Amino acid sequence: MSRNLLEFKGISKNYSGNQVLHDVSFDIRPGEIHALIGENGAGKSTLMNILFGMPVIHTTGGYEGEIELNGEKVEAKSPFEAMALGIGMVHQEFMLIPGFTIAENIKLNREIEKNNVKNKITSTLFGRRMKTLDFKKMNKDARIALDKLDMSIEEFTLVKGLPIGYMQFVEIAREIDKTELKLLVLDEPTAVLTESEAESLLQAMRNISKRGIAIIFISHRLNEITAVADRVTILRDGEFVITKDVKDTNALEIAEYMVGRQVSIERTSTEAREISDEIKLSVKDLHVAMPNERVKGVSFDVRKGEIFGIGGLAGQGKLGIANGIMGMYEARGNITIDDESLPLNDTRKVLDSGLAFVSEDRKEVGLLVEKAIDYNIMFTAMNIKSEFLNVFKMTDKKKIRRNARKMIDMLDIRCTSERQHTGRLSGGNQQKVCVARALTQKPTILFVSEPTRGIDIGAKKLILDLLLELSRDKGMTIVMTSSELAELCSICDRIAVICEGQVAGILPPDASPTKFGLLMSGIKDLEGGKHD
Amino acid sequence: MTTNISGEKIRAFLLDNIVTIIFLGFVVFGFIVSDTFTPSSFTNDIISRFFRNGVLVLSLIIPIMAGLGLNFGIVVGALAGLLSIVFVRYHYALFPGIGGLLLCFAIATPIAILFGFLTGKLYNKTRGQEMVASLIVGFFAGGLYEIFLLFVVGGIIPVTRGHRMINPVAEGVRPVGIRSSFEMGLPAGEMTGRGFQNEIPGMARALNNLWRIEFIYALAVVSLAVFAFLVIRRIYMKKNPAVLSKLNEPLWSFCLKIAVCGAILAFAIFSSGQIYYWYNELQNHPYITRLDLLPGISNFVVEISRVDRVPVVTGMVIAAVGLFIVYFSKTKLGQDCRSVGQSQQIANVSGIDVDRTRIIATIISTVLAAWGMIIFLQDMGHVSTYTVHRNIGFFSVAAILVGGATAARASVKNAMVGLLLFHAMFIVSPAVGLFVFNDGNAGEYMRTFMVYGVIGVSLGLYVWKANKAIKDKERLDRPGVVSEAGD
Repeated sequence: MSRNLLEFKGISKNYSGNQVLHDVSFDIRPGEIHALIGENGAGKSTLMNILFGMPVIHTTGGYEGEIELNGEKVEAKSPFEAMALGIGMVHQEFMLIPGFTIAENIKLNREIEKNNVKNKITSTLFGRRMKTLDFKKMNKDARIALDKLDMSIEEFTLVKGLPIGYMQFVEIAREIDKTELKLLVLDEPTAVLTESEAESLLQAMRNISKRGIAIIFISHRLNEITAVADRVTILRDGEFVITKDVKDTNALEIAEYMVGRQVSIERTSTEAREISDEIKLSVKDLHVAMPNERVKGVSFDVRKGEIFGIGGLAGQGKLGIANGIMGMYEARGNITIDDESLPLNDTRKVLDSGLAFVSEDRKEVGLLVEKAIDYNIMFTAMNIKSEFLNVFKMTDKKKIRRNARKMIDMLDIRCTSERQHTGRLSGGNQQKVCVARALTQKPTILFVSEPTRGIDIGAKKLILDLLLELSRDKGMTIVMTSSELAELCSICDRIAVICEGQVAGILPPDASPTKFGLLMSGIKDLEGGKHD
Repeated sequence: MTTNISGEKIRAFLLDNIVTIIFLGFVVFGFIVSDTFTPSSFTNDIISRFFRNGVLVLSLIIPIMAGLGLNFGIVVGALAGLLSIVFVRYHYALFPGIGGLLLCFAIATPIAILFGFLTGKLYNKTRGQEMVASLIVGFFAGGLYEIFLLFVVGGIIPVTRGHRMINPVAEGVRPVGIRSSFEMGLPAGEMTGRGFQNEIPGMARALNNLWRIEFIYALAVVSLAVFAFLVIRRIYMKKNPAVLSKLNEPLWSFCLKIAVCGAILAFAIFSSGQIYYWYNELQNHPYITRLDLLPGISNFVVEISRVDRVPVVTGMVIAAVGLFIVYFSKTKLGQDCRSVGQSQQIANVSGIDVDRTRIIATIISTVLAAWGMIIFLQDMGHVSTYTVHRNIGFFSVAAILVGGATAARASVKNAMVGLLLFHAMFIVSPAVGLFVFNDGNAGEYMRTFMVYGVIGVSLGLYVWKANKAIKDKERLDRPGVVSEAGD
């Protein structure tokens, strides 16, 4: 048994009475890739915040338990202290300054000072911070770190305007540039990457761990964990479940541990459902100017009562379709609903036509995070249909609450009350509020984008079942956009695969994964695929 | 396609420099329509205003770097300078001339550090609204200052009856308050109006008069320095790819700068030679007068000789402050300021003490403003005790904006260009008022309109550009994307 690099001993933490971590203990060995997995709200982020000494921990009363690094008790009071201990973290949101060069970002607050006579004089007179910086040396160091990651981009390029994948690598380069780095925390690093970028990231992770740096790899993607990790630790509801060697386990077992109950998102019935031939929604030559998700001429028809899936890799334009139709980004093309033309770039008219949208961007578009759940749920319906208003055109609080309670029961939204602010909810529950808002609009066509992004498997199943139910029982037409093929296959009647802003092909859900894979990479003309 | 792109570039250039261009147009227009200016009188005005306001405008750069925006709160620093001057003038007999002025700097500095610290604290508490806070703190501190000098001095702090700084009162009434205006005291060598020399040298122009040289010599030296800077930078840029990517100066732009600078240099050297020659003649032949020489001197040499001699030491102080700012931006603290300026959150997570960095930036700005105010007043020679500080913030901010700075980006170059253009506007606006409204007083209002207008337009443009940058990414038919979508 090798000596442990890091040991969590009985870590507990509560946020004002709400126990988010309870007696969590596990260890990290030097140079291993240790996956950390758990549903949303399982406490992964809190645990990492504790390790990294984030101010939010200390302003809310600290934590219980001990963290040992190389057998010594440590307690980082600030991120800077954690860094000094050799712990680096790549956050989900990039900590990069756009107006700085890559090298300046890599050396952020670890700039190299010139060590000449002039600097010695000024630093004795005016303090260390008046030393001038050695940009040449900083660029050189940055070059070395970038080379370790096989990045050929010039170190003096401004970060502003880099593709997202590159930014991720700059973040990692910053961490490995720290010579004393022993432990690197990667929080959902592949979430924003395309498949090929994710693959090269995994490769880079293997290289880093070979240099003796341990990695804590937080991810939802089981296949990535099984591909790259040595061990995996599972958290559930703030409690430690188990640590396993990856070679002794598999994705299914990890998922089981994670939710604590048998879960499958397999299709309940394999035979195709009967769907009328009536065309509800017809999209012709749609172009959408959504940054990073441009749509360049997409055409498809959706039949009444159908669940139509839109899949494809990140950045290929699948998210742009729903956003464009709903008027979130400038769009051009012909959309008809029940043979009536739908005006583009006018969200109000689109909503009036009976379309509802659950955005992939919960926090910015989907929710009013500083408002209560009940208000969120009725907000769109109130605005477009003047519902939930009393005779004086003031909000009818009773009606609003009744509706909110109904939705909370129906969707199993976990909250303290219907007056809780949505910003305080976990991702899955926020998503449920978004769905509830769309349902309150009583739409005929429902667009859902990434309905299960950042949501635990239990909630995922619930949301997918709900969509299925809406389509089956209420005859709602649903257009679902998702990055997860498995989830599209589980409920959709047909799935369009988007590649480079265009429809690569439309497949039935029981088509072989190879076919999907080929379409995603833009290969259309293999047996059965559409020719262009 | 190429014309399209260059058209786009020109549009972007115009938009980026719209404020500067409007001001340039205004000044040129004023110059054309007016017949009251001679080149020498115009140069005189602009030069004296440049040296008077230089440090004040420079004091705005570091807060902009640190993300605090336009620091209208330099008024607080100016008050520190004013207080020190009031103190030294009260004890004027003890501290004559330049010595008194140096004492002013010494007294103002710790006061400004304290004021800057408090202002910085306030900015940290009003995060996100620093500019509004800075405006209000200027007014607030001005009020306190007025109460202090009007009532506390004499009311609580005892003063000498009949002192020339104190409001005169009748016999038996307690003397209270500093006079609403006072003189800085004429320096050694300058004559009073009645032709007498001061018995105790005062502080007016004490710094300026330390060393003055002919304007045209100074122009030669400065243009030579700029010329050398441009060439060296170009060579350095060619050699170093990192610098190239940052600077990326196209060849035509370099040639244009070199040509303009070279022309000025040549003109300055040629005129310097002429001036030198004729001054020698005058000195060597004391029996001939300027009038005798006139036929031999070309008109423009006469014109040039009419320009006042420029204060070298004041110029050196401005240059030193400018160089300090450039140097500062290359230090660890400067880099921290830039990090904090771009993103407080990221800087904080990286372990930079954001609050402390912002306070230090505010302190530096406040201290520079205090020094700037002292330099301003020694140049003016006359102090309106209760009003002189009021417009300092607005005018300095307007000046740096005219030079092409924004609330998020400013350089020493912006400050220098802004100083010249803004004050050129000040000088020509009466002429423009006379021409347009047939009333010289209209120029007064025109000035006010231009000052607040430039601040409003700059802030508006700044926000508009930031929004446009976001919107541009979301345009359906971007140039270059059309063809991509077409295939």
